[in-house]
Amino acid sequence: MARGRAALWALAGLLGALSALFLFWQISGPVDFVLPLRATKLAALVLVGAATGIATVLFQTVAANRLLTPGIVGFDALFIFLQTGLVLMLGGLAVAGLPAFARFLGETALLMLAATALFGLLMRRDAGDVVRMILTGVILGVLLRGLAEMAQRLLAPSEYAVVQQAMFASFGAVERDQLAVAALVLALAGAAALRMAPALDVAGLGRPMARGLGLDHDRVVFLALALVAALVAVSTALVGPITFLGLLAASLGRVVAGSDRHALSLPAAALSGAAILVAGQVVFERLLGMQSTLAVLVEFFGGLLFLALVLRRRRG
Amino acid sequence: MIEVASLSYRAGPVPILHDIRLSLPAGGITALIGPNGAGKSSLLHCIAGLNRPAAGSVRIDGMDPFAVPDRTRARQVAILQQSPALASRLRVRELVAFGRWPHHGGRPGPEDAQATAAALAAFELDALADRPLDTLSGGQRQRAMVAMAHAQATPWLLLDEPLNALDPRHARDLMARLHALSRPGPGARSVVVVLHDINAAAIWADRVVAMKAGHVIAADSAARVLRPDLLEQVFDTAFEVIEHAGRRLVMTL
Amino acid sequence: MTARRPAALWLGCAAALVLLSALSLSIGAASLFSGDLGAGWLIAVSRFPRTAAALLAGMGLALAGVVVQQAVRNRLVEPALTGTPEAAMLGLLAVTMLAPGAAILWKMSVATAAAMIGTAGFLALATRLPRQDPMMLPLVGLIYGGILGAIGLWLAWNADLMQYLGTWRLGEFSGVVQGRYELLWAIAALAVLLYALADRITLLGLGEAQARSLGLNHAQTRALGLAVVSAITALVIVTVGALPFVGLVAPNLVSRWRGDNLRANLPLVAAGGAGLVLAADILGRLIRHPYEIPSATVFGVFGAWVFLWLLHAAPRRGGHG
Repeated sequence: MARGRAALWALAGLLGALSALFLFWQISGPVDFVLPLRATKLAALVLVGAATGIATVLFQTVAANRLLTPGIVGFDALFIFLQTGLVLMLGGLAVAGLPAFARFLGETALLMLAATALFGLLMRRDAGDVVRMILTGVILGVLLRGLAEMAQRLLAPSEYAVVQQAMFASFGAVERDQLAVAALVLALAGAAALRMAPALDVAGLGRPMARGLGLDHDRVVFLALALVAALVAVSTALVGPITFLGLLAASLGRVVAGSDRHALSLPAAALSGAAILVAGQVVFERLLGMQSTLAVLVEFFGGLLFLALVLRRRRG
Repeated sequence: MIEVASLSYRAGPVPILHDIRLSLPAGGITALIGPNGAGKSSLLHCIAGLNRPAAGSVRIDGMDPFAVPDRTRARQVAILQQSPALASRLRVRELVAFGRWPHHGGRPGPEDAQATAAALAAFELDALADRPLDTLSGGQRQRAMVAMAHAQATPWLLLDEPLNALDPRHARDLMARLHALSRPGPGARSVVVVLHDINAAAIWADRVVAMKAGHVIAADSAARVLRPDLLEQVFDTAFEVIEHAGRRLVMTL
Repeated sequence: MTARRPAALWLGCAAALVLLSALSLSIGAASLFSGDLGAGWLIAVSRFPRTAAALLAGMGLALAGVVVQQAVRNRLVEPALTGTPEAAMLGLLAVTMLAPGAAILWKMSVATAAAMIGTAGFLALATRLPRQDPMMLPLVGLIYGGILGAIGLWLAWNADLMQYLGTWRLGEFSGVVQGRYELLWAIAALAVLLYALADRITLLGLGEAQARSLGLNHAQTRALGLAVVSAITALVIVTVGALPFVGLVAPNLVSRWRGDNLRANLPLVAAGGAGLVLAADILGRLIRHPYEIPSATVFGVFGAWVFLWLLHAAPRRGGHG
């Protein structure tokens, strides 16, 4: 435990150093213009990384599988689908006209509702067959994406622009008032997850054993899924879907924390997710001068990690 | 005649067979017996030309199964493999008909249809002929696979644990069918069969090859191999051999 | 071999295809009869090429699906789940970047070669996975394709070729006109070749050991099948773009209905793929007439439903004992 805590502090220090590097390195031009711009971007990176890391650990625990991320099973597809449906039903102007705060909270609540219903059912049905569950989620994601795409074709171009923003991962354009809402949701969800940490430790033992130990497993799963939905809403609304970031963050967090105790693995995954994104952005934006390729590279390395984990699992 | 000369085989880095020398005369039934992991299946697959040995050679009636084209080989030797995990939705008749593929290569003639029908009849599969394989029980599927190997009409027929999943009646019928097939006469087959049931070997086999840990311990007539001392050496457990109604029976003690 | 009432079956299939084709010829943004353009001209230049392209692409992808499924012995796999389209796109990107003026045949060849390499990579992965877990394979294929796709996206982004990538990734037939789809007729030739190989491909599905014991040159057959799949995929991507799920849906529906004897069923699979893709194209034209929804999108929605059904439908087991 002590080692784990030390590792957490080290990770936090690393994230701090990376953030400072991101903010102040190679600063040129008017500082009071560039710095706020960078700060906004940094906040988005940290928020998305942390939200994705926590969401993935939660999801892996309730699904009892370390290969899964909410992105793989189509959480973000569900979010985009819901957004499209909202625009389709209410009209783009009405949705865009809502105050950012209300709109975001409404969408998050809707996603929490839909996700707990859908994935709760999925986990109950296919509890014994993890691979089938994953595959169902993946194809469900494809289906939702297809439906969303179809619905988007029915939208007028101006309405399409309202949902388009959420479709592709990009750290370029993030609005500041959205950041504030996202930070609030992340703080609430993160605190709730940490409060649940001991129950999650037990839930991670699997449904039969957890129930044997007197845990209301279904309730924990339900709560965890609701939190996952809120966190996915945060990251998808800010930058769009990144399927494998969570896998990288959760795996790295687990290595750093050296423990499966959620009191450690949750913050470790959050810090790892943030650190991966900030480090990646420093390298690609400042060092290599490449813009907007970070999400693609995260997908690339995350995919490789997934394959490596699958092949290693076979030997184990 | 099958001649195996100084044959060694390894699965990856693991040595399975060591310097096997064996010659099996044509005709009759040869039973391969031995404990789990003795290398019986590996030897059968080497003879069938499916496992390439690390050293040594195999000759089937003078033919090197690794040097001839695949279809030539498949007209000389057929092999029934152990528990094939078939997920195919072929019908039984279609599967058995594929036994004729090495002969017609895609253009079946009347004699192929005839051989297919004969194989279906011989293994009592007529009633199942139009059932998809994935609706059959394990034993029914096993019989369909044997029928396919039979339809291949090769001088040599190799079977890897064909009695798996068969009920006593079908197990007996299969051994009797193999026995009849291997008697001298026109179209006689030479049968090599891996058996776990030593009594099946005692009753039906003309020759027995006993293997252990990748070595051949004994290869001789059934009467000479199925002795208590030799069986104990092979299986590491005590045996009693009794005669009952003119039949030799083997019992573990 | 035991086709029940084959004549009626074939008649029904042919009638359905003819009906769909007639529909496809008569539906479009411009009316056949009232517009300023001559009906004959419209059909010759746009409607017929479009209909033929949908039929050929559907047929090719369905056949490619069968070959892949038999080669890896897994019904939940299809060319879009083996990294083949992504690899073909990588090849196309490479040739577009290095030799922008290359002839279309050259681009095709490079794309086919790249698709073959990508598919071979998938086969190598497949042999490393345990067979007991059949659902892992499509998942691994999906991720593998995702990795190749990410490389393609990165290359395209840096080379400013995102637009090309967009047209390759989303199959649609609205851009098909006379002179821009004729390459697809090669699929007809490949279909004939596959029919000649039907028995061998069925044997592939019995597994390597069984196929070899029946005298099949397993490695050679598999390589040939892989080449055909790669060529079909590359052809479709170059001319109309990727159409996922076609290779999964058509073969599985036919297999559930008629079994796995390809000598008897391959034409049915081909007809099924052709009909389904054409139907998706027609639907895409109708949903929001006169605008169009890409066939790939329409088919993706339909195909995902079928995939989910395949995933959860209990396997048929009539046996006992």
